[in-house]
Amino acid sequence: MSSIRVRAQIEGGVTNVRALISHPMETGQRRDQGGNTIPAHFITEVKAECNGKHVLTANWGPAISRNPYLSFQFEGAAAGDTLTLSWVDNNGESDTTEVRIS
Amino acid sequence: MNSKRRVFLKGTLAAGTVGVAVGAGLLTPSTVLADWPKAAFQANSLSDALKSALGSDSHSSGDITIRAPDIAENGAVVPITVESSLTGVTDIAILAVANNAPLTSSYKLGEGTRAFVATRIKMGETSDIVAVLKANGQLYSGTKEVKVTIGGCGG
Repeated sequence: MSSIRVRAQIEGGVTNVRALISHPMETGQRRDQGGNTIPAHFITEVKAECNGKHVLTANWGPAISRNPYLSFQFEGAAAGDTLTLSWVDNNGESDTTEVRIS
Repeated sequence: MNSKRRVFLKGTLAAGTVGVAVGAGLLTPSTVLADWPKAAFQANSLSDALKSALGSDSHSSGDITIRAPDIAENGAVVPITVESSLTGVTDIAILAVANNAPLTSSYKLGEGTRAFVATRIKMGETSDIVAVLKANGQLYSGTKEVKVTIGGCGG
């Protein structure tokens, strides 16, 4: 199962994308009950491509909320096209998913 | 339960592979984060963050709508939507001025991508939210104050 849940719906030529990613987004400032710092762990980059064309690149800092939500809109796609969404975090972990525009 | 176990295994395997690559000197942590503008995210003033993220801090107010709650009860999750009728927008940055590091996120838009982005951010305290857009090489900004009841950055 992917860590990304994404929906892409086209209406009047504009594709509306809504995505939810499950990720802890630790700032590196919080402490656990023993007083130890919880190390920073957050997504640094999210990329969206449609038919191999760049749609949006997000650079994120630790100030994006846990289990991040991202929504954006773009023109020039058709129903049935594939949107690819991927993320990378500060530990080098990553995930990618594809969704068909409906 | 079984599917969760799969995810866990996949996750640890992926992390393991990267870890081995880092250990072998194939990837240094800095190359992993090569594209991430660290200085912009560590800057602790609005002006420094803008200079670092967008190349300049001189901006004029533009037609930018920021949708956010007037009062956020929980600073850990503050929904923000930035929208503009400006054309030729290539970059969007969202900043919470009173945060230790004001820059929360920045976005590069492809051709045909609208000047619209929505996400959820953390806010340490009551602050102005500033959205800065780069359109045709110029910076434009919009501001909205969000009052925070409980901060969402520390523990």
